[in-house]
Amino acid sequence: MREFTTDILVIGGGAAGLSAAAEAASAGAGVIIAESDLHLGGQLVKQTHKFFGSRDEYAGTRGYKIAGILMAELDEKGKNALSMTSTTVTGYYPEDGMFTAMRGEESYIGIRAQRCVVASGAQERIIPFVNNDIPGVYGAGAVQTLMNLYGVRPGNRALMIGAGNIGLIVSYQLMQAGVEVAAVAEAMPKVGGYWVHAAKIRRLGVPILLRHSIKEALGERAVEGAVIAELDDKFAPTGAEKRIECDIICLAVGLSPTTEILSHAGCRMSYVPQLCGFAPLRDRTMRTSNPSFWCAGDASGIEEASAAMIEGRIAGLCAARSLGFDADMEKLDEYWSRLDHLRAGEAGEKIRAGIAKVLRGRWED
Amino acid sequence: MSDSDRDIVVCRCEEITLGEIREWIDRGYDTVNELKRMLRAGMGPCQGRGCQDIIMREISGRRGVPLDQTEPGTVRPPVKPIKTSLLASGGE
Repeated sequence: MREFTTDILVIGGGAAGLSAAAEAASAGAGVIIAESDLHLGGQLVKQTHKFFGSRDEYAGTRGYKIAGILMAELDEKGKNALSMTSTTVTGYYPEDGMFTAMRGEESYIGIRAQRCVVASGAQERIIPFVNNDIPGVYGAGAVQTLMNLYGVRPGNRALMIGAGNIGLIVSYQLMQAGVEVAAVAEAMPKVGGYWVHAAKIRRLGVPILLRHSIKEALGERAVEGAVIAELDDKFAPTGAEKRIECDIICLAVGLSPTTEILSHAGCRMSYVPQLCGFAPLRDRTMRTSNPSFWCAGDASGIEEASAAMIEGRIAGLCAARSLGFDADMEKLDEYWSRLDHLRAGEAGEKIRAGIAKVLRGRWED
Repeated sequence: MSDSDRDIVVCRCEEITLGEIREWIDRGYDTVNELKRMLRAGMGPCQGRGCQDIIMREISGRRGVPLDQTEPGTVRPPVKPIKTSLLASGGE
């Protein structure tokens, strides 16, 4: 088995992982980034819309350009950082201190690292409804990848399930790709995403049906329509149903953190609804209960890309520092003030409550 | 249990339906690990990434136990399928 050795292994080359790697490499640490996809950038590479948030996190810049900025920063570090794409870290074996990874489908390698930053992102949730396994039922993120990355139009007329930011943004991008959007159905009594995204698709005449969920996908071999059902205050069907004509159904019903490697490492986890699943306990340096493991981005709890980039910076900085590299720890307070800024106000209420459940004082060294 | 539960696939990899999950929870197999052993739910290529959340919600709802006190399944390497020929050759 071919073995690689490095100071810090960063699992995931998306918003959080690239930031962690850039920060750690800047401090002088050797870094390997393992990215399961064919390219670095994670979800950023298909975000064609401009980001909100703050200037420090590239507000006003389109997501795929932010990916470019982070990759250029990493390129400057030259030999300190090695990127491996098409590389899935498949396991961590504590007794050997060894990570294993698949490179492509035909190569199985070992990676020895003194520290690890888990920035493995998230996966799309699916929900149970009749016929949810027929072709034409997609995750909204998958549809976004098909359109914005591969230039494939997924269908002619879409039903979007979920009016959070992903559901709203992808609905707009479907229309940009020439796909009609029949409706957006949302189980909650109000729109979950930013008002500006909702207003954009309402202006184009797309109905947003609140208190509605999908009951059934119609069609034998592929989606030929859908039945949606109205819900009451307790999310039980009222009996009122509507048939929607569509050939694709997009599910934008949330994400859950991808945390397998943290589990292999024995990191203490907690189920936190506000973070959308099992999330690792961590201190202010993003260190987990396993002193060799840090976490960042959606793998540490579902939030959004701006926060993921700052968490990545914190994890990379502190992981490098723990190995004695010359990391400027004054940056830690600055990064936290940026995070606090992003999480301020009513919009940040949920995430603040979630973080409070997993944040611990400094782990004993 | 409604007939339509038989048409709702929960574990896509192993083609396990909501009807089967509910039936086996009611028989007393009310943890993710037990359902995995009895039905193979969560043992396919995605290793439960898609279905574990749904199964935990079903267990929580049918047993009246809050979701945050419902145990997830044991997580073991590898996280995705690896050809046995690669393991047999020591990964060369």
